[in-house]
Amino acid sequence: MAKIIYIEHNGTRHEVEVKNGLSVMEGAVKNNIPGIDGDCGGACACATCHVYVDDAWRDKVAAPEDLETSMLEFAESVEESSRLSCQIVVSDALDGLTVRMPESQH
Amino acid sequence: MVENTVPPEARIVILGAGHAGGSAVAFLRQYGFAGPITLIGDEPHAPYQRPPLSKAWLKGEADANSLLLKPAAFYVEQNIDLRLSVGAKAIDRAAKTVTLSDGNVVDYDVLVIATGARARRLPIPGADLYGVLELRNAADAEKLKTAIGPGKRLAVVGGGYVGLEVAASGRALGAASVVIEREARVLARVACPALSGFFQDYHQAQGVEFELNAGVEAFVGDEGKITGVRLSDGRVIACDAAVVGVGAIPNDEIAGAAGLALDGGIVVDENARTSDPAIFAIGDVTRRPLPLYNRMHRLESVPNALEQAKLVASAITGRKAPAPEVPWFWSDQYDLKLQIAGIPFDADRIVIRGKVEAAKFAVFHLKGSQLVAVEAVNAPPEFMAGKMLIGNGKPVDADKLANDAVSMKEVAA
Repeated sequence: MAKIIYIEHNGTRHEVEVKNGLSVMEGAVKNNIPGIDGDCGGACACATCHVYVDDAWRDKVAAPEDLETSMLEFAESVEESSRLSCQIVVSDALDGLTVRMPESQH
Repeated sequence: MVENTVPPEARIVILGAGHAGGSAVAFLRQYGFAGPITLIGDEPHAPYQRPPLSKAWLKGEADANSLLLKPAAFYVEQNIDLRLSVGAKAIDRAAKTVTLSDGNVVDYDVLVIATGARARRLPIPGADLYGVLELRNAADAEKLKTAIGPGKRLAVVGGGYVGLEVAASGRALGAASVVIEREARVLARVACPALSGFFQDYHQAQGVEFELNAGVEAFVGDEGKITGVRLSDGRVIACDAAVVGVGAIPNDEIAGAAGLALDGGIVVDENARTSDPAIFAIGDVTRRPLPLYNRMHRLESVPNALEQAKLVASAITGRKAPAPEVPWFWSDQYDLKLQIAGIPFDADRIVIRGKVEAAKFAVFHLKGSQLVAVEAVNAPPEFMAGKMLIGNGKPVDADKLANDAVSMKEVAA
């Protein structure tokens, strides 16, 4: 279990406990948190679970693989801290992880 | 969009607890609708994801729980009246009621029809033999799972995406797979010849057999159980189970009986509203406008279900509708990631980028200098950039597109 903090584009903050082994995307979807759609269910096929990882956590999450990087290259409103949340796996080490959502996933 | 807003106490009834209906509920609550919602589904399960049924679930890599769109607790916490194992029998538009198969009558202020589509059946002898299967829902997938395994032989009738995914999963489970297709190539209805050829070759290399240009005349059996598929040339392809994947038919009968406009699916507008302003329809059951292509079309895909779920939730809550999306689709087979964006309506030219033999390429469909569709195999940048170009309609330089030394960033710039 890790506490994950999701912050919507409008500033609304959600703190939820997510089971280890689930992705940050699944944690959001299971808790019906607005702003992360996860259209493809985690197949890394759609880029609708785009988040910005808080600076303090950037080096604690595992680096993206090529597939994710190439999907992100063409996603909307990408920043240096952008990640696909379906590719971040929750573990104890990520307790307190904070991610922000972009304005839209399309 | 203020005229679309319904009062906060309005009773919303959603018929169909599939991907579209289940997502509409979630978006309604996300967008702040706090009023009563009733979600009615004829399966015994809360809404779940279907795409894994032909892949991860069939191979035992996912369980019923992991497929759920939302955990069971969601419906309690969010105060959703979830009624399962019950279908809708009739809609009374004047009284604004729905009569259910269990005899209950439900009142609505806003009705959302999300009844999906069902598998087309082959009207041929033997279609009711044990082991003649289809794959639309979890119950179908469960039957299929028990029918295939090491030493078994699976016949797949229809070489579409679902058929090919099932054939691949069959191989992964140690079953022999044979795909029987009426047309001269697989994916004939949905992919260009280059892609069809590539997929057939890839599957053959994995041991899948193909019978093309093959009419199916009958399923033959012994003591009520299938033993083979008889082709129109008289040959019998022996098998232990057959999966029929020859398209789907929208479940629009109840809407038609209620007098809603139909045209091979329930006709809806860009807000997913039917010809009755109090009734919306979403997902596979709809014939919807595709603003980017200026025509009506019926799409069968998860992204379509989600987009329309957002449209209906936006319309009901008075939220600005999301921008029209480029239709897209994906399929996973073996280690292949296929991503398709757009539909090649009126395309007059094909450009292939990348290396087909290396299983890393994209087929672009152009209409003049405009991109209308892209089929990408293990090529996410081509898919993502292609989807963007289809959406923004920028003219594309075909020579640059064909040259994979030029990055997609530059092509799309």
